[in-house]
Amino acid sequence: MKAVASLVDSIRSKNAGPFWLSIDLFCGTSEAYEMLVRSLSTAQVAQALGRPSSEIRRFDMASLNVIKFSLPRPVVQGSRLDRDLHGAQWSTVIGELEIAPE
Amino acid sequence: MSTRVLVPSGVLGLGFDSEALAAGVQARPDIICIDGGSTDSGPYYLGTGTSKYSRAVCKSEWRELMLARAEAGVPLVIGSSGTCGTDSMVDWMLQITSELAAELNQQPVIVCLYSEQPKTRIEAALADGAIDPLAPTEPLDAQTVQSCTHIVALAGCEQINAALALKADIVIAGRTTDTAIIASLPLTRGEHPGACWHAAKIAECGALCSTHPTSGVIMVDIDKEGFTVEAMATEAQCTPHSVSAHMLYENADPYLLHEPGGHLDVSDSHYEALAAGRVRVTGSSWTSAAYTVKLEGVRLGGYQTVSLVLLREERYVRQAREWRDALLAHVQADVENRLAIEPENFSLEMRLIGDNAVLAELDSGPTPREIGALLIVTAKQQSMADEIARLANPQLLHFPLTPDEPLPTFAFPFSPAETSRGALYEFCLHHTMRLSEPMDAFRLERIQALEHSPTVDAQS
Repeated sequence: MKAVASLVDSIRSKNAGPFWLSIDLFCGTSEAYEMLVRSLSTAQVAQALGRPSSEIRRFDMASLNVIKFSLPRPVVQGSRLDRDLHGAQWSTVIGELEIAPE
Repeated sequence: MSTRVLVPSGVLGLGFDSEALAAGVQARPDIICIDGGSTDSGPYYLGTGTSKYSRAVCKSEWRELMLARAEAGVPLVIGSSGTCGTDSMVDWMLQITSELAAELNQQPVIVCLYSEQPKTRIEAALADGAIDPLAPTEPLDAQTVQSCTHIVALAGCEQINAALALKADIVIAGRTTDTAIIASLPLTRGEHPGACWHAAKIAECGALCSTHPTSGVIMVDIDKEGFTVEAMATEAQCTPHSVSAHMLYENADPYLLHEPGGHLDVSDSHYEALAAGRVRVTGSSWTSAAYTVKLEGVRLGGYQTVSLVLLREERYVRQAREWRDALLAHVQADVENRLAIEPENFSLEMRLIGDNAVLAELDSGPTPREIGALLIVTAKQQSMADEIARLANPQLLHFPLTPDEPLPTFAFPFSPAETSRGALYEFCLHHTMRLSEPMDAFRLERIQALEHSPTVDAQS
């Protein structure tokens, strides 16, 4: 098992407006990208984020070697229970996710 | 013929490379456009109608841009003035502009575009069925409209172009979409619509689409078939990757961008590296639709007081979650019994910094060396939140894990231990409003002669 962060160039997350969150995996090479596409399922990502798979939108972008996940923010930006105004630390949840590279 | 748009940075107040700006002016732009804000910094600014950035910093950057405008002899446009784009922030930018015009001995024609929405207009649109929710929001109701402290509509190109058509040297706009200020002039000059909007999305964060994001200044050159993007700082390059990757940024869908009156689709866009660190983009498409504008609104969510105490003793650090849960239960009962405050009028929360303050239940890890316990009190009034935090103070200082042990004492970093945070705001509008005519929800004001009012640098 390997942490996703060790298999990609970089991961970032950010609000896409106050109601959405987006997580971008920059895989760096087409080899890394193809491997991640095979090895990292949307269900795994949903489970790590504690959200149902049906909420996760996934974009496999071969031209950029990027995998992008977007989801409604579990709490609206800046509301009472929000802990991360810019949503930028959510990337660590996926970065630390352990997967079996195929 | 093409239309060249110079974008000094992603937002006024963030700073830009002055040499790169000078290079941009030398490169003969047709217009200079900069954003003044967005929702990125949270609901407080729209809640209060205030700016996140320092007035003095905004003024010093705006001075450079007003000088650049005069030198280039082209219009200067700012969108989403003062972070949130309320009417109060358009007037704030107008005041800054008036002071600078006097200081620089300029007499520009200024047009203000106001985007703030009276509740009566939103209620009427709601009754007409002209308001629709954007995912994941629920349909709007009249009570939510009434609860808002400020509502703005995001202007598109039509409103900016209406302002430019008044022979404006400077347009000070309230809330606009990030892209509209950049796409406006090329669109009205008949450049390729998909290229106009795509170029605007690429340039809206300044040099973030280049290899040197902090240099700020970007030029997009838009024509009848596509556009070319170029960073103005000598050390900054644009590459097909740096440009195309920018569509990912702060965007839930990396191929589609919804704007007033239609949407941009970049699924078939082609990115080609040109000489001198430039990138040529073709194949972007624009599809027209009914004319809708997005609404942003914020309501009051209570008032907050916070208190931070630090745990260092190993046993308490190890059992911090049990300590927190027992402490909160104790304080909750105390507030209800001793202060006689009903539970619906307040809430208590404690985040354990060093344990899982960022990710809550998604996180777990080894026992840290120390923990910051951040108590967050939210209540109907500020005085109530302050009272509750004071009532909790002895517990934060001395709360024991078991009743039969010597009282522990924890580390407060501050006196007083409590900080009043003031009002808490929350975004509650994420809807579109359909308009018969683009100007139906917006108003323009042409400033004929500037009043040379005294400089108020000291004001915030």
